[in-house]
Parts: sequence; C-alpha cells; structure tokens
Amino acid sequence: MEMAGELTGWAFWLPLIWAVLIALAVFFYVCMDGFDLGIGILFPFMRDKSERDVAVNSVAPVWDGNETWLVLGGGGLLAVFPLAYAVVLPALYIPLILMLLALIFRGVAFEMRFRAENNTQQMWWDRSFSWGSMIAAFSQGVALGAFVQGIQVEGRAYAGGWWDWLSPFSVLTGVALIIGYGLLGACWLLWKTEGALHRRAVALAWPFAVGTVVAILLVSAIMPFLQPAFAERWLTFPNLLYAAPVPLLVALIIWRFFHALAEDTGRGGLVDARPFLLALGLFALSYAGLGVSMWPMIVPPAFDIWQAAAPPASQSFLLVGAAVLIPIILAYTGYVYWIFRGKVTNETGYH
Amino acid sequence: MIEALLPSALDLARFQFAFTVVWHFLFPAFTIGLASYLAVLEALWLWTGRALYLDTFRYWLKIFAVAFAMGVVSGIVMSYQFGTNWSVLSDRAGPIIGPLMGYEVLTAFFLEAGFLGVMLFGLNRVGKGLHMLATSLVAIGTFFSAFWILSANSWMQTPAGHILLPDGRFVPDDWWAIIFNPSFPYRLAHTVTGAYLTTALIVGAVGAWHLLRERRGKEPVRDAGMDTATTARFRNTAHGLVEGGGDLDLPGAGRAGVARGREESERALNPRAKLMFSMAMWMLLIVAPLQVVLGDLHGVNSYEYQPAKVAAMEGHFPTERGAPSILFGLPDAEAGETRMQIAIPKLASLYLTHSWDGEVRGLNDIPRDQWPTNIPLVFWSFRVMVGLGLLMVALGLASGVMRWRGRLYDTPWLLRAAVAMGPAGLIAVTAGWIVTEAGRQPFTVYGHLRTADSVSPIELPAVATSLAGFVVVYFLVFGAGIWYLFKLFAQTPRPREGAPPQGQPIRTAGITPAPSVAAGADPGPQPAEQG
Repeated sequence: MEMAGELTGWAFWLPLIWAVLIALAVFFYVCMDGFDLGIGILFPFMRDKSERDVAVNSVAPVWDGNETWLVLGGGGLLAVFPLAYAVVLPALYIPLILMLLALIFRGVAFEMRFRAENNTQQMWWDRSFSWGSMIAAFSQGVALGAFVQGIQVEGRAYAGGWWDWLSPFSVLTGVALIIGYGLLGACWLLWKTEGALHRRAVALAWPFAVGTVVAILLVSAIMPFLQPAFAERWLTFPNLLYAAPVPLLVALIIWRFFHALAEDTGRGGLVDARPFLLALGLFALSYAGLGVSMWPMIVPPAFDIWQAAAPPASQSFLLVGAAVLIPIILAYTGYVYWIFRGKVTNETGYH
Repeated sequence: MIEALLPSALDLARFQFAFTVVWHFLFPAFTIGLASYLAVLEALWLWTGRALYLDTFRYWLKIFAVAFAMGVVSGIVMSYQFGTNWSVLSDRAGPIIGPLMGYEVLTAFFLEAGFLGVMLFGLNRVGKGLHMLATSLVAIGTFFSAFWILSANSWMQTPAGHILLPDGRFVPDDWWAIIFNPSFPYRLAHTVTGAYLTTALIVGAVGAWHLLRERRGKEPVRDAGMDTATTARFRNTAHGLVEGGGDLDLPGAGRAGVARGREESERALNPRAKLMFSMAMWMLLIVAPLQVVLGDLHGVNSYEYQPAKVAAMEGHFPTERGAPSILFGLPDAEAGETRMQIAIPKLASLYLTHSWDGEVRGLNDIPRDQWPTNIPLVFWSFRVMVGLGLLMVALGLASGVMRWRGRLYDTPWLLRAAVAMGPAGLIAVTAGWIVTEAGRQPFTVYGHLRTADSVSPIELPAVATSLAGFVVVYFLVFGAGIWYLFKLFAQTPRPREGAPPQGQPIRTAGITPAPSVAAGADPGPQPAEQG
C-alpha cells in the first residue's frame, strides 16, 4: 500500500477528485431522495387521501431521478474505489438489504397507489409507501452510523460478523435520519403546497426541526469518542480553529431556519422556499462536519482514498465521462424541476 | 450426510443473484421495446395528427409506467448486490466493470429517470415537440443502458483489453478492447432484438385478446361517429362470421357478401386493438427470422470463446467430425454422455463450423473443472429458447400469410395463437440468460476468476435471511404489480385514453395520464376523487 504523501500527479489527484465527486453524488442523493422519503415519513400525519395524493404528486415526476444518485454513489464507488465497495457493502449487509427491500415497497407504491381499486388496496399501498420510506431512511442512517464507527478488515476483505453494524450509535443515526428526512419532506410540502396541507406542513416542520437539531447535537457529542482520529480533529489545538466554523454556521442556520418558519408563508415566492433551502443548508453542514471527521479515510479506520482507489486508467476513463455528463445531468434535472415548478393542489383533473 | 445436502453460503448467494436478476430482467426486457414503441406511436401521432396513435400511445404509457417502476427498484438491488454478495469479484474486476456500469448510470439511468417524469406527466406542461423529445430520450436511455450493462456482462464472458496482476486484480489496458470485447456485439444484438420481440409479443397478445373479445360481443367500443346500432350490427356480422367458421366456406353466403361483411366488421373493430396487433405482427414477421440469424452468429461466437458452454447447450460429450444436432436427450455429466438422443446427423457441425464434416469439440476434451456446473439446465434452457424462437417465426409467417390474404384480424386461430404467445418472449429471454449465465460457470470472469472465489465473506444465516427477504418481497410486490399490469392489459383501449374529464379545468401539475384501474373501466367522466 502506498501512502498519500508519496503520491504525485494523477495518482494523487484522481482519488481526491473522485472522493469529492462521490461525496457530492451521495449528498445530492440525501437532499433529493431525502425530501421524497420524507413525504412517506409524514404520511401518517396527513388527514385524508386527497392530502396524500397532493403530497405524492408533488414528487411523482422527480423521485426516480432523485433515486438515481444512489445508484451513482454505489456504481461510482465500484468503479473508482472498488476496495471500499468490496469491504463496506458486506460490512453493512443487513441494513443495505433492508434499505433495498424498503425502496422496492415505496418505489412501486408510487404507481400502485393510483391504481388501487378499493380502499383496502389503497390503504396497503399507502402503508407500503410510508413504511417503505421510514425503513429506507432508518437503514440508511444505521448504515451511516455503522460506517462512521469503523469496519473490521483483514487483508482486502471485511472480517467482522453480520450483526456488527448494530450499536446504540447506529440506531441513533437511524432515528436521526428518519427525523431529518421528515424535516426535508415537511419543508418541501410547505414550499410546494397551499391551504390546509401547507398549514399542516408548517406545523410538522417545527417538531421535526427541533428533533433534527437534537439529533445533530447528540451525534456531534458522541462522534469524537468513537475513534481517536475524530477527537484529535475536533478537540485539539489548532485543528479546533479550522473545524470551529462548522458548528458556528450550524447555529446560524438553525436561527435563520426558525425565523423563516415563523414567516407568513403559503402564497408562493421565495419566502415559501426558504425553510427548505435552509434545511438543505443544515444537511450540507452536518455532512461537511462528517467529512471533516472522516477525511481522508474511505474505510475507517483501515483504508484511505488512495489505498482504496482503482488504477488511474479506471479513474480517468470514467472521469472524462463524468466531467462531460454530470453538468448535462444537472442541467436537465434542473430543467425538469423547473417544468414542474409551482404549487401542487388537489384540484380536479389529475389522479 | 445431512451437511452435504444443506446449501452453502455460496449456493445461496448464487441463487439470490439468479433470483433477483431473473425478476429484474423481466421488466427491462419488456420496457426496452415498449419505450421505442411509444416513441414510434407518438411520432406517428405528430406526423399524421390521427387520434388513433395518441390513444394507443396513452394506453401503453400507463403500462410502461408500472413496468418501468418495477424495473427501476429491482435494478437498484442489482447495483448493490455486486458489493454485498460478490465482494471479491468487485475488488478484483471493479476497475473494469465498475466504469462500464458508471457510464450506464451517467448516460442511461439519469436520462431515463429525468425524462420519465416529463413523459408521464408533462404532455400538458411542455409542447408536443418537447414531449416527443422526452419520449425519445427515454427510449434512447433504455438502449444506452442495455449497451453498457451488456458490455460489462460480455467482458466477464469474454475478457479482453486488460492486464491481470499477480494478486488477481484486473487492470484496464485498452478500453476500446474492453468495451467491444469479442462477444459484446453479438450479445448486444441478440439481447436487444429479444427485448423488441418480447414487447411485440405482449403488444400483439393484448391487441389480439381485445379483438377476440370484441368478436364475442363482450367489448363495446364507443368510437365517435359510430352510433350504437351500427356498432351492434357490425359486431353481429363479425360474430356470425366467426361462429360460422370464419372463412370463405361459410355455407349459404356468397363470396361478395362475405367480403363485404368482413370489410364492415373490420371497420367496426376497435382500431387501436387492430393497430397494436398489426404493428406487432409486422415486427414478428421481420424481426423473428432476423433473431434466428443473430442467435446463430452468437452461438458460433460462443463456440469460439466458450466451447464448454456450447458443448453443454448441445449436449455434446465426445469430440466429433460431422457432429449431430441433438434435439432431445438426457445429458449425464457423471457418465459423460447424452442418453436417449433424438438427433439430426451432422447438423451441429454445419451451424457451428459451417461445414458438414467440421470437428465439434465436446465436453470430454475439456477439463472437468471447467465444465458448467449444471449441464442439464443449460441444455434444456437452450431448447426452450430455441423452441419458442421458432414458434415466433411461425407466428410471424402465419400473420404475413393472413395479412396477404386480407384476413389478419379475421382469423380466430391466429388471434388465439398470438394471445398464447404473449409471454413467449419473456420466457425465451429468461431461458436465454440462463443458458449464457449457467453456461459460463464455474467462472465469473471467464477463465480467470472462479465463482467460488468471487463471493463475499458473508455468513450463511445472513445470506439465508436476505434471500428469504427477496423471495417474499418480490413475490408480494412484483406479484401485485404484475396483477395490475394484467388489469391494465384487460382494459379496452379506448379513444381519448386517460384524457382529463371534459368540462373540467386541466390541472397541469402532477397530471398523470392514467386514471386508476377502476376509473379507467368507466368511459364517462372520472369520479372526482379518482380524477
């Protein structure tokens, strides 16, 4: 295994570029599927079928694209960090399988709940959507927690058992992600709907926001004690100074967020979008904080990004495509969101 | 020995991959062709302005949405399963197959997913031209997806363009040679053509089924401009023809009278069902024979690079000059022979070596540790695929003859045969994949990396748990999904399929072109809660 310090040129830069790209893909996934998983998490709080229909319609045209970032995260890892893919996925076997099964329930329910022939079928597809969303969010959170805690490795393979992922911390991160996605879902609905559903979204955003803040505090308090490297990064001088802006910015965003939530919303315009954008900001900062802790490990504590990287020929081949295609993808994804801009209502004429 | 009978973690991981990939491929095998069919229908609508094409487009769009959703969610499973269950393969071959799959995500998945929303919900939001573009991009996306994933699969079958490091890892050397590896062009052509045939058979079966029902008077179609009495008279004429034997020998009827009756009855038949049936039969007539040629070329290519696979397909144990083509028999790997053969002499030599007396290599000349692990499975799956392929050719030819004689919509046995052949494409495609995947055992990367050495260090109970989860969830969720698909197939294709109710405002956001199954059965205005 080479160490990063000895690497120069492409061998140094390619894994760095790819680490940033894959981190961005996963972050896009968390943001975008986060709010549509959040819709499912909020299903039990909705009053009737018409509210649930509007909520689902607000994401129906875009959810599939949102979920594709998850495939890019996984596929990208296989392509450029195959060792990480080969070690992390077996380590997180049960939570990942659970996530895949849950995503099946909720992905299919998008179509099926509009094809239900009676109330019983409708109820079961709604449950499939809602429980599927919750379990998917929970498993992703558990997987993240277990990943952060570290993975036991021997040679080039996972060496732990099939229950190693389960710990109080991973359960905490699982619950935290349900709450966090619920917050994104509530803010999305606040932005995209009007009338009673909008008011309900505002009312739900408050407790989910408080829950998210509590979860961020708990996870941040525990993190430094999970691995010595984390404590060193966050709690020693002068690292403390470099890391300090993250918690300060988090505090600022939380303050702005609650302000935005208290505004008079519901008539469209930027004021309706603001809580959602600030909630994304909160996610971005938490994610950045996680990045600060992990850097440059990709399989903590065994492999860094250079040790896990594929040969430069693999990385550069895909990078050419990514450099051309990701901007195009972002452009047409933005265009599709723009096509479906504006409030979604339960007026007649659809579904 | 009880232990010997229990499956190992490796067996279960293999079964899990087979189970999830077979389920998964059922959906793209259908939607690859359906996306193109939808693009053709929409283009015909834009070109001719005839509502017939738009109505048929909307009918299949609903079905596409359901099938595509199942393809997406079952596909995400595949992209993670390489890591969860085949981690050694991922570590060693990831630098080669990973970028190919990465290109699949970047060129295909985003394109399909991004424009699917516009295709399904956007007809009233973007112009016709842009909607056509969205439909085309989804169709192109399905092709790109097939391109890259089949390239990755083909590289694992016929690896090329790589360097094998001493520690067992594959490093790319020549990407062009990797992508266009020896079996790729054949596998791509054969698989995509198979997908088109699969779609044609399903579309043809649905059209034929509605034509048959209509002839039995079970399916009133209220097209604008045709009053009920006329419809009934025409249908009765058609009904009488069918009951009376359905051909020119109808007793007591003059030739001219029958011809006029047929003409009238055809005019009365649901034009959308006719369109589906007619287009599907053209497709079969032209493409099914082409597929036989492509299949033969693929087979010759496999014989060159994977002789053990072809020997298992053929049931050839001894190496022979003028090798026979074994139609039926019982391959016995233990004994090293195929028992109870019914064979055509010299035929296998002809199609594998293109010479009557060419030498065909049998399994007995190949080391046993390189034999496919389940030879009867390969042997029988191959026969299922070829048999169904020949039936497709026969159906296409029969439809061509009947069309030439002006009785395409008027021949009950042909319609019934088309209905019966509806699932034939799906079965043939599945059988074909079993041939090629079971046939390349015991390797994942052919000749270099064994399946037994590719598996993740996952304990048996973990794999058993996940497998049980997949089995239960797939049968439950996809079973329900397929049940809804059949409900949609059973809906009569109507004019203004799924159009917003008249007299009500068209609400653009989140419009789905598809009313629910229950509402769709009602040709009148949609109930508000469903609407």
